[in-house]
Amino acid sequence: MSDDIIVSREDWSLHRKGYLDQSRHREKVQEVIKKQLGDLIVDEGIIISDGKKTIKIPMRSLEEFRFRYDYNKRNHTGQGTKKMKNGDILARENVRKHGAGNNSGAGDEPGVDIYEAEVTYEDLAAILFEELQLPNLDDKKRPLIAHDKPEFRDIRKKGLMANIDKKRTLIESIKRQALTGKSQSLRITPEDLRFKTWETHPNYETNAVIIAMMDTSGSMGQFEKYISRTFFFWMVRFLREKYENVEMRFLAHHTEAKEVTEEEFFTRGESGGTRCSSVYQLALELIQREYPAAHYNIYPVHFTDGDNIGSDNTRAMNLMQKLVEVSQVVGYGEILRTHYSSTLMSTLRRIDDPKLRLVTIRDRNEVYEALKTVFS
Amino acid sequence: MDYEVTELSYHAKEIVQVAKGLGLDFYPVHFEVCPPEALYSFGAYGMPVRFTHWSFGKAFYRMKMQYDLNLTRIYELVINSNPAYAFLLEGNRLIQNKLVIGHVYAHVDFFKNNRYFQRTPQDMVVRMEAHARRIREYELEYGRETVEKMLDAVLAIQEHVDFRAHLGKKKEDNASSGKNIGNGKKKHIPSSEYADLWDDEPDQENEEKVAEEDLLLYLITYSPTLKDWQRDIISMIREESLYFYPQIETKIINEGWATFWHSRIMRELNLTDAESMDFAIMHSQVVQPSGLQLNPYYLGVKIWEDLAKRFDSETLFEIREMENDVSFIRNYLNQELVHDLNLFNYRKVGAHWQVMDTAWEKVRDNLVRQLVNGGHPRILVRDGDYEGKGGLYLYHVHEGMDLDVVYLEKTLLLLESLWGKGAYLETIVDGKQVLFECSNQGISRKNITLYN
Repeated sequence: MSDDIIVSREDWSLHRKGYLDQSRHREKVQEVIKKQLGDLIVDEGIIISDGKKTIKIPMRSLEEFRFRYDYNKRNHTGQGTKKMKNGDILARENVRKHGAGNNSGAGDEPGVDIYEAEVTYEDLAAILFEELQLPNLDDKKRPLIAHDKPEFRDIRKKGLMANIDKKRTLIESIKRQALTGKSQSLRITPEDLRFKTWETHPNYETNAVIIAMMDTSGSMGQFEKYISRTFFFWMVRFLREKYENVEMRFLAHHTEAKEVTEEEFFTRGESGGTRCSSVYQLALELIQREYPAAHYNIYPVHFTDGDNIGSDNTRAMNLMQKLVEVSQVVGYGEILRTHYSSTLMSTLRRIDDPKLRLVTIRDRNEVYEALKTVFS
Repeated sequence: MDYEVTELSYHAKEIVQVAKGLGLDFYPVHFEVCPPEALYSFGAYGMPVRFTHWSFGKAFYRMKMQYDLNLTRIYELVINSNPAYAFLLEGNRLIQNKLVIGHVYAHVDFFKNNRYFQRTPQDMVVRMEAHARRIREYELEYGRETVEKMLDAVLAIQEHVDFRAHLGKKKEDNASSGKNIGNGKKKHIPSSEYADLWDDEPDQENEEKVAEEDLLLYLITYSPTLKDWQRDIISMIREESLYFYPQIETKIINEGWATFWHSRIMRELNLTDAESMDFAIMHSQVVQPSGLQLNPYYLGVKIWEDLAKRFDSETLFEIREMENDVSFIRNYLNQELVHDLNLFNYRKVGAHWQVMDTAWEKVRDNLVRQLVNGGHPRILVRDGDYEGKGGLYLYHVHEGMDLDVVYLEKTLLLLESLWGKGAYLETIVDGKQVLFECSNQGISRKNITLYN
């Protein structure tokens, strides 16, 4: 019997099993990321590196649990390339936060395998942006100029080979051969070929403008600045990714407000008191001058620590009222580390309009909720 | 047939003759050349066709990545069945394949003759295909998530089956023993066209004893909540676990055996100078020590080479028939080998990993301790109606090594979901007797006084 030698080679090109289960595993990784999104999007690794770095997060729930021995509490037998003596030190515990070991291949150090996944800015962005949108977007507010946009929506018999429509080509071939009434192996002739072809259409993108306003007064500490910066970081990226025609303007203020560049907006720090009305006034002027409400969807978003000069509150509220009237949605975020809310916040609460979205951030992982509150 | 395939059959014939001449005794082998994706998926699943679970995807991704980065390379994979299947990596050079084919025949000799493999079904490839189909059907019927949750839980305890229940039985029992399914059992296992899967059912009189060892069988038999399809899933995983276990407990002896024989076979072949050189390089890569980890190929082949110096080949064949890793190490790892191989014990002391012992007996004994029970802790069932409330009470037979508490708790949670009522585990942590209690998906632990 064993003289029968069978050697064969099969076609494994359709063997996708490993990849299918791998994609299920990937899905589960995404679920874990989603659950921790609040913590992950404020990770310094991502924000400070401007989205270039990746972060590693432990995937506890994707470990394969079983009853097993405690790796750190038992004797192991190992093999050296040279003679060992009692008491020789082989390795030091890995200093990483989550203990020794990693899954990035072979390592000499002993250690428990902690399963981690690497998360990139893109991964986070994809999950986060899925949940965000520009609220109350009014399609009727169209720009005066439209730009041409190519769209694949026609099928022709001639075209570029790269744009071949495989499905339609196959259908043509089957149709043609069915008509002849003979069953034969499927052959594709030149007249079966079908190509996807594009047409250009004038495209009217809805016009929108975001007015980002940030308090840069002396009372804004490290934490407050970091939080507002994180909020705006994701906001800006979200808008750039999802909407082509969104304009962004950046206004910084303390007791006085002025327009700054994007870079200045994210890096500058100033001192002095706070007069929020100044920035609302500036925003209104900007809108009046450049973004007529008839043509634009307007989204002002303001972040502050709420430490406003008391005498300014009423004026701020009146201006805010006007802002709300011309805008689709206004976001007002207060970064507070106390349990009280500011007097400005309680003043603004008097404006009874669902278009005004008030959020308070007390902890870093609340940035996520704030983003969802404003952009949903 | 392409050129590579024709050439391989030619050389395989030659190798078969040599292997037989040397006394190896194997099932016929069906070789198949396949691309890395296929080979690595077989490696991850342990079988060409197996049920779907994300953990296999995770393993596949890891293995494939290591291959893509050129960190490791699997040259072959052998399936223990009759005929045996061996998969060769596409793009192996001829000399690599010659070595691999010799290696494969020695593995198949081991599968056929080693006593720990005497009860593994010879048609496991087909059975596991059937399992995959049935689990797929359950997915369609009950939803993927539901089935996945079930698999998560069962896979967490898959090692806790009674691997020794079959010892002393012969292969021929297979056909007849299937008939007494469920006789006098408290709960009947659904009889089906797959009833023959139950042939490793223990005899009536020692059922109680066996159920104690066999957590999966205990769940199938006594769980108050499981549905028939869930019991079926446990029974399938149990069967697969029983099938794979002999491979786990003979890793060192079997890899050593195959490595030992591939070099002997290669010596008998007419190799060109260049081929001899290539062979030497490849062989030395296979047996090189890898960091601190023991390389089972290396340790195994060294013991076999040492035995070959002292005994005739008949004794060698007897040893390959009778031993598993534990007894192989215990009986044949001697002072010279421990010394020559630079083996030592180490453990974590504070923040350092430190060498604890180089004395050969201590090294041998520690190695044996690591290998006992396939390296898994022994967890037995003490009571299926704990405190009269239907709780499942397990105890860990503590043999000097504490359990990983985080893993223990997570596993207990999964176990509770299977059992349906409270799950309890008694063990020793840092010298103290501890009871972990899991009910309503919450965990608590308390110190208890010594039971005995």
